[in-house]
Amino acid sequence: MMPSKKLLVSAVRKEQILKSLAQGKRVDNRGLLDYRPLSITPNVIEKAEGSAMVKLGDTHVIAGVKIGVGTPFPDTPNEGILIVNAEILPTASEYQEPGPPDEDSIELARVVDRGIRESKMIDFSKLVIEPGKHVYTVYVDISVIGMDGNLFDASSYAAVVALLTTKYYPVVNQNGTLVKGSEKVLLPVQDLGVSTTFAKVDSYIIVDPTWEEESMMEARLTIVYDKSGNICAVQKGGNGALLVDDVLNIIDLAKSKSEEMRKVLEGVISNA
Amino acid sequence: MENQLIINGKRTDGRGPTDLRPLKIDVGIIKNAAGSSYIEHGKNKIIVAIYGPKDSHRYGMNIEKATLRCRYHMSPFSTEERKNPQPSRREIEISKVIRDALEPSLILENFPKTMIDIFVEVLQSDGGSRSASITAASVALADAGIPMKDLVEAVAVGKVNGTLVVDLNDIEDKEGESDMPVAFMLNENKITLLQMDGKMTVEEFKAGLTMAMEAAKKIKEIQKEALAKKYSQGENKK
Repeated sequence: MMPSKKLLVSAVRKEQILKSLAQGKRVDNRGLLDYRPLSITPNVIEKAEGSAMVKLGDTHVIAGVKIGVGTPFPDTPNEGILIVNAEILPTASEYQEPGPPDEDSIELARVVDRGIRESKMIDFSKLVIEPGKHVYTVYVDISVIGMDGNLFDASSYAAVVALLTTKYYPVVNQNGTLVKGSEKVLLPVQDLGVSTTFAKVDSYIIVDPTWEEESMMEARLTIVYDKSGNICAVQKGGNGALLVDDVLNIIDLAKSKSEEMRKVLEGVISNA
Repeated sequence: MENQLIINGKRTDGRGPTDLRPLKIDVGIIKNAAGSSYIEHGKNKIIVAIYGPKDSHRYGMNIEKATLRCRYHMSPFSTEERKNPQPSRREIEISKVIRDALEPSLILENFPKTMIDIFVEVLQSDGGSRSASITAASVALADAGIPMKDLVEAVAVGKVNGTLVVDLNDIEDKEGESDMPVAFMLNENKITLLQMDGKMTVEEFKAGLTMAMEAAKKIKEIQKEALAKKYSQGENKK
């Protein structure tokens, strides 16, 4: 497959970006460790059981949750199923062609999936209707509508808020037939994984890279922390390398940054 | 027993036969796109992005004018039951009729050997999503600065419990006797999309067309307001 789509950043613009970083500032006037303005709107799609729209600068993502009933996997008869799917829509940029998900979309879906699964955010053992026969399938579909870098965090926040505000009709087995309950319930939530993404541009470590910054970065590192401060998912991206010291530095930076973002996410969820 | 969808002249959502559902259009919502729009029409929530005209050396490009491409796609969470993200036959057909509905309005001869892409993403679907897509796409094409003879607006008329109504909602679309989406270029008194399923008499068809045209006039005002709103804020603001 083709490598990731990069923006062509002109030499003049690169110089401008680097000059600014040297002065401790980004070209959009942020500090090196500041996120862009973030807005999260839950419940934007009435037909979905859960949904959220996220705007992180000009990166624009929407996530929807649908709950279905399915057969459990043979090796986990007592667990519900999580399916995360992402599509970078052709609306997102002129380089995005319509068609089945490309490798960027698949990586994106899998990293968001890992953050949800490994933080044990949802107790899947409680999403069983009949062991070995019927369990709930939780579909998280992520659509990237507009892109300007850091799709990982934007998609993760959209997915997390959509899941944590999901309300669905439970299904019960009545004499062999599955019947929909009458009152909606929340998913059995027990944790909240918070994703933060850093990039190394030249020798600088920055958070929440824009598309321009991603196009000239060495590499990117996404880290998900759970509520108790454990690291539960990591993904290095980009075709360059990070120094061991960079990684150690980012792990620490991500810890404090994720606490900051956790407060934002919790605020949105409790007000939903 | 058929469902009673019209009681005392009122429809399931309280509208009269010629009333439109609430309709809202925003212009210029996607930074990377040449033009874009967002429409809420009833429960439809649809995003349209335009890319191009861009050079294309692909085989089959027209040397006399731009080639228009359209993708109509429904998000997996846009329907009651999750929709498979793969394009269905229905989506492929709708992509084609949307393209055919918009092409007559555009002056594509200005951009030979190029390609213009229309990407329609249905975030939430309700009855009449193809009509809403056409209405929104025409606005997005205007936002992209593609020269055009007129805006295109589309609306469905149909027969529900024996009564002609405009702008069918989901339940009227599914349970009504007929459904006829129509797209207009009002300045030239032209129709650019016309489909129908179900049954109507010739008289009903003619009356329905007039009703659709009246509704399209209202929609056109909303399209023009949406464009004026964006461009009164300064041309470069996206």
